[in-house]
Amino acid sequence: MLIDIITSEEVLEIALRSIKVSGIATLLALGYSIPVAMAIGFFRFPGRDYLKSFFNAMIGVPTVVLGLILYLMLAPNGILGRLGLLYTEMGISIGQSLLISPIIVSFVSNSIEAVEKEIRELALTLGATDFQASIAMIKEASSGVLLSAIAAFNRAIAELGIALMIGGNIFVRGGQNTRVLTTAMQMYVSRGEIEIAIALGLILMAIVFIISYLSNTVHTYLRGET
Amino acid sequence: MIVRLERIWKYFGSFPALKDINLDIREGEILSIIGSSGAGKTTLLRIISMLDMPDKGVYYLKGKENTYSIEQRRSVTMVFQKPVIFNTSVYKNIEFGLKVRGVENGEARKRVKEALSMVGLEDYAKRRAKTLSGGEQQRVAIARAVAVKPELIVLDEPTANLDPQNIKVIEDIIKKMAEQGITVVFSTHNMFQAKRIAERVVHLHEGKIVEVGNVKKIFENPSSEVTKKFLSGELFY
Repeated sequence: MLIDIITSEEVLEIALRSIKVSGIATLLALGYSIPVAMAIGFFRFPGRDYLKSFFNAMIGVPTVVLGLILYLMLAPNGILGRLGLLYTEMGISIGQSLLISPIIVSFVSNSIEAVEKEIRELALTLGATDFQASIAMIKEASSGVLLSAIAAFNRAIAELGIALMIGGNIFVRGGQNTRVLTTAMQMYVSRGEIEIAIALGLILMAIVFIISYLSNTVHTYLRGET
Repeated sequence: MIVRLERIWKYFGSFPALKDINLDIREGEILSIIGSSGAGKTTLLRIISMLDMPDKGVYYLKGKENTYSIEQRRSVTMVFQKPVIFNTSVYKNIEFGLKVRGVENGEARKRVKEALSMVGLEDYAKRRAKTLSGGEQQRVAIARAVAVKPELIVLDEPTANLDPQNIKVIEDIIKKMAEQGITVVFSTHNMFQAKRIAERVVHLHEGKIVEVGNVKKIFENPSSEVTKKFLSGELFY
């Protein structure tokens, strides 16, 4: 019975959408969070500690609160209503990227700070430019970057508040759908269809484990370890 | 003359770590900087390596005033006292300096192989560098410096905390570097090591050069009273 549910076309479509939406959210968040993390990790400037504390505190922001704020902003009469992002996959991705950005900033900036300061000098004495030396430090902190990406993706794919409020759990055959695993689970539980909810939960867990495993494998390969 | 330092001063806050240093480093020589702890050896080496800039004085590199351009920086490489290792394989550690210079893959492979062979670590290319012993890590660090074919290699107490066997290996590598035409400057607080491998010796004491000369002259007939005391063991090192 569970296998039939898991392999059904509808469930697979929802699972793939979850990966796509949260994958885009993670890439978006990495794109703008890593430069922020680099600034915090590399430079000392006034207010830096407050900024770090802010991002650390934002890691625990309730998804429903962020979802509600974004809903009010993206609603047709909201300040960003003209963008037409409400009830779209991209809307969910952007919302999730904001949710997970603090995880990436905190993990990556801490990793950069933890890299031996001599690494920069080593790179410079081996002929690196300032930019190449900074990249070398980022590479040394790559465990932190990878960990942040995994943690961020897992947080995005497992959250419910934003996906529900921004996405709306829409599922119409052949339509612009926004149903993802978490919103579907919530719906099936409320309908009393627990078996389907369990099947979706198993898929969600499998995705989290597989992504983590693949990331670690790629990381090991890139480090050139045997 | 590969390096000429004229009237170099370096301060840490108001404390002068180097005082009026005048020093010529000749092309192809092995020059040792000796002195007790806190004499300013590392500070001087960092200035020669261009990791730090002097507060006063002029640094000439191959006859031209040093502008710290990337080309000038790439002619000098430093090996640190505590081996600093990238968290990757031995091969990728040594390849780093070649990659940043844009050396193509085939040539890079050849040079990594040559450098590994020079330090006796031919079979270590795929090993994770951080899992090696202290002596092996220092050899990787030296291979990494040699692979980029610098004109001058600066080593800061390269054998500190190593066992006698590894000390011998590193000293042999330093001699090999000189045979290949690389100018070598190394610091040590071990005067016997300076005597074994250096051609000329600089004695640094409390931030000042108190004596410079060839090994024989310094060890057999030092002119400075401070050097005499250092060699007789009256100064702590």
